[in-house]
Amino acid sequence: MKHPTPKATRHVNQNEGLIFEKSSPGKAAWKLPPLDVPEVDTSKLLGSSERKDLGHMPEVSEIEIIRHFTRMSTWNYAIDLGMYPLGSCTMKYNPRVNEAVARVEGIANGHPYQPEKVSQGALRIIKTLSECLIEITGMEAITLQPAAGAHGEMTGLLMVRAYHESKGNARKKILIPDSAHGTNPATAAMVGYAVENLKSDSRGMVDIASLEAQMNEDVAALMLTNPNTLGVFEQQIHKIADILHAKGGLLYMDGANMNALVGKVRPGDFGVDVMHLNLHKTFSTPHGGGGPGSGPVAIKKMLEPFLPKPVVMTHSDGTLGFEYNRPQSVGRVRAFYGNFGMFVRALAYIQANGPDGLRQTTEDAVLNANYIRKGLEGTYDLPYDTPSMHEVVFSDKLQSKKGVRTMDIAKRLIDYGFHPYTTAFPLIVPGALMIEPTESESKEEMDLFVDAMKSIAAEVEEDPQTVLDAPHTTRVKRLDETTAARKPILRWKPA
Amino acid sequence: MRYLPKSPADREAMLKAIGLRSIDDLFAPIPAEYRLNRDLNIPRQMAESEIVDFFRQRSRENGDGYTSFLGAGAYLHYRPVIIDSLISRGEFLTAYTPYQAEISQGTLQSIFEFQTMICELTGMEVANASMYDGSTGAAEAVMMAVRLTGRRSVVVARNLHPEYHEVLATYATHQGMPLSTVGFGENGRLDLKELERSITSDTACVLIQSPNFFGTLEDVDAIAEIAHKAGAMLVVSIAEAVSLGIVEPPRQADIIAMEAQSFGVPLGFGGPYCGVIATREKYVRQMPGRLVGQTVDKDGKRGFVLTLATREQHIRREKATSNICTNQALVALMVNIFMTVYGKVGLKELAKQNLAKTAYAASQFAKHGKVLFANTPRFNEFVVQTSEDPYAINGRLLGHKIVGGLPLKKFYPELGNAALWCCTEMTTRSAIDTAVGFIAESERSVRSAKEEVEEMAR
Repeated sequence: MKHPTPKATRHVNQNEGLIFEKSSPGKAAWKLPPLDVPEVDTSKLLGSSERKDLGHMPEVSEIEIIRHFTRMSTWNYAIDLGMYPLGSCTMKYNPRVNEAVARVEGIANGHPYQPEKVSQGALRIIKTLSECLIEITGMEAITLQPAAGAHGEMTGLLMVRAYHESKGNARKKILIPDSAHGTNPATAAMVGYAVENLKSDSRGMVDIASLEAQMNEDVAALMLTNPNTLGVFEQQIHKIADILHAKGGLLYMDGANMNALVGKVRPGDFGVDVMHLNLHKTFSTPHGGGGPGSGPVAIKKMLEPFLPKPVVMTHSDGTLGFEYNRPQSVGRVRAFYGNFGMFVRALAYIQANGPDGLRQTTEDAVLNANYIRKGLEGTYDLPYDTPSMHEVVFSDKLQSKKGVRTMDIAKRLIDYGFHPYTTAFPLIVPGALMIEPTESESKEEMDLFVDAMKSIAAEVEEDPQTVLDAPHTTRVKRLDETTAARKPILRWKPA
Repeated sequence: MRYLPKSPADREAMLKAIGLRSIDDLFAPIPAEYRLNRDLNIPRQMAESEIVDFFRQRSRENGDGYTSFLGAGAYLHYRPVIIDSLISRGEFLTAYTPYQAEISQGTLQSIFEFQTMICELTGMEVANASMYDGSTGAAEAVMMAVRLTGRRSVVVARNLHPEYHEVLATYATHQGMPLSTVGFGENGRLDLKELERSITSDTACVLIQSPNFFGTLEDVDAIAEIAHKAGAMLVVSIAEAVSLGIVEPPRQADIIAMEAQSFGVPLGFGGPYCGVIATREKYVRQMPGRLVGQTVDKDGKRGFVLTLATREQHIRREKATSNICTNQALVALMVNIFMTVYGKVGLKELAKQNLAKTAYAASQFAKHGKVLFANTPRFNEFVVQTSEDPYAINGRLLGHKIVGGLPLKKFYPELGNAALWCCTEMTTRSAIDTAVGFIAESERSVRSAKEEVEEMAR
């Protein structure tokens, strides 16, 4: 097989078994200091609750652990290695100063229950970030407690529900466009609402006539992602908000795609009543292989009484504290105050950017998506020709004629040194290729990406089998997911 | 802006390639009346050195350099240096959820090892990776029991972490899951008689914590028997993971919801932490959260994939087991490395040191204050009752850069002037002795004040 691109090449890849396979009795990577209090008789203290054996826990040395995890790490693709164009995931650069400041002693080791008097630093960080996010979203109040986007959705809908209940009617359902993330309907169900689908029009936007027909006093809210998952800004947003508000419903915005808007337009200004942000998307906190995230929820004034408790308040002497006396609060959604370490990182990101940097970031993110769109138009089918914001969605319509699907193209992209785009989402586009480059890509990296995608399209015509068998360069080939699900092996067991 | 890899000329060239004149053309789809025509009112762009200064200043205002006796669901244990060395590798730090298995084997294999070690430590057969934290993990475990039993109501131990209880109440509100509470006895343990009375034919599960919020160990066998006899499940929350090194895990539980923060995760003012749910194999299809399974590739080579995704929201939408998507993967990696470093022998020795420090501290505190539930086995926390309000004592301790135990009045007013103290391997004997000195002085001054009053009354 010919070498596909200047970006990637094969190199030696270390093998590494499971840690349990390297373990043997007597090896150790730990050392405790001498005990400065009397030894205790554990069986006397614990009686029948004493544990005798820790089973198959490993016994290995420090250098083995370093090599073990370092070798495994080299089997991962990462933003640090190159473009990671997962649509809807906003895989942008994760600045290292964020990591440095999150590890400053008093910030890393602050205990959530330490007295307010010695928590002023953490409280100041929470307050400053809250103020920044309120300004960025154009909203009026915020909670940082939710641990992730879906958790924020739940918190937002809990407040929506509490608001309606305070008016005497909780209402019955949530409208969700067919292009929405799966978390939206799952969340609505958790908050006790029925889900009603709302179809998109031929331009990929909310169908206004359907919305008008479906909107009534049973609808608590519409959950709208804007720009939506096609990367399209809902141009009729003011109309959508008006239709909802006229019948007493609320407009919930899923802020997953906020990277297209920061510094250019504020959801609070276009009629949104409640929205969540993903600090791990828009505000550069690392995805870390799946988390942690953080999902603050910003709201308009009328929802403020329902915020989760506690909320940060300013005492009369100017010091900060937590207020727990919130009789209308929806309660707590998480112990303590949320993923504080992510607040630190997000604030450091905002500070590194400032207003001009954030605006430039958004402009570059949108510029990059449109540059890729232009580069691949004609090569891949564009199901909706509505203008793109921060991401662009193609389909595999042209390639599927040769039996090649979006997932095959995605796998082949790996051979060219890129992480795949998002496949098969949104659901309204059959065989979707959802591409979000973010602002973190240079022109050079994107030119390589466009070349790679074009080259794969050519391969589909000339030699589709190469694409169908991809990836060819990875440590493992395509894995048998069916057997994995049918006969799950979810832990190591000794032979 | 230093994170943006484009020169003005690059931007010009790209606009030209797209066929646009100005960047504003790209934002034309946004109705003009909503476009922001001013700078955001946020701090100006700062240099890296300024950012570091800002956070160092906040650190100084945040208890930097204080010795602490706080536990209560967030524990200070030593974090081996290699945890941060390894998790800082960009390949772990800046990777996404491992959906593309061929280029995510590092994350996937490490999660598989994590699942294995959690099973070993908890005595369960399967473990997920991961939930947001111990509180939401407990709520999700309870919802799982509701789905598995087809029953609705939940019996909750009053000595469960009060904030876990609050979170569960929030989750339960709109799911038709009535909660009832069972109190604790003189020994700090769940009141078994009351438990028996509380369970009905509609009880899906009993939710307890062990070591419980007071640090004492529950009689899990007895509780399991009562629950199971009535057809209810037992869900056990473990907030202090280090206890598993020396305390027998609740093997009779049907579901364990654990907070793994103690395993190498910084206190971080309450998060991010790492929740985990572990259970029996037969219940796995009702378990929320991501799971990694072992399989083979086309050539028969061992590899790992995310599996049983049909439980999850991106496939099942409103019928999913949970709405959870983003989890705590990088934190789970910290936990994984911590468990690997200490391993079979180290975890036990670590837990023993916690036990010894706490036993010493409790014996010293008992000379002056009253240690509650003194005869019940405990791990690394204990409750001390004083004559004086613990807030007042803590106020004086704070002047000596010591953060005293957590006053319990807010959560358990019936315990009066009580505080929850915690000792780990990080607590020094001299810090314990200093704190005990303050308690002794407090008791002396209360006593002499009382004597003065009595004198005057005579």
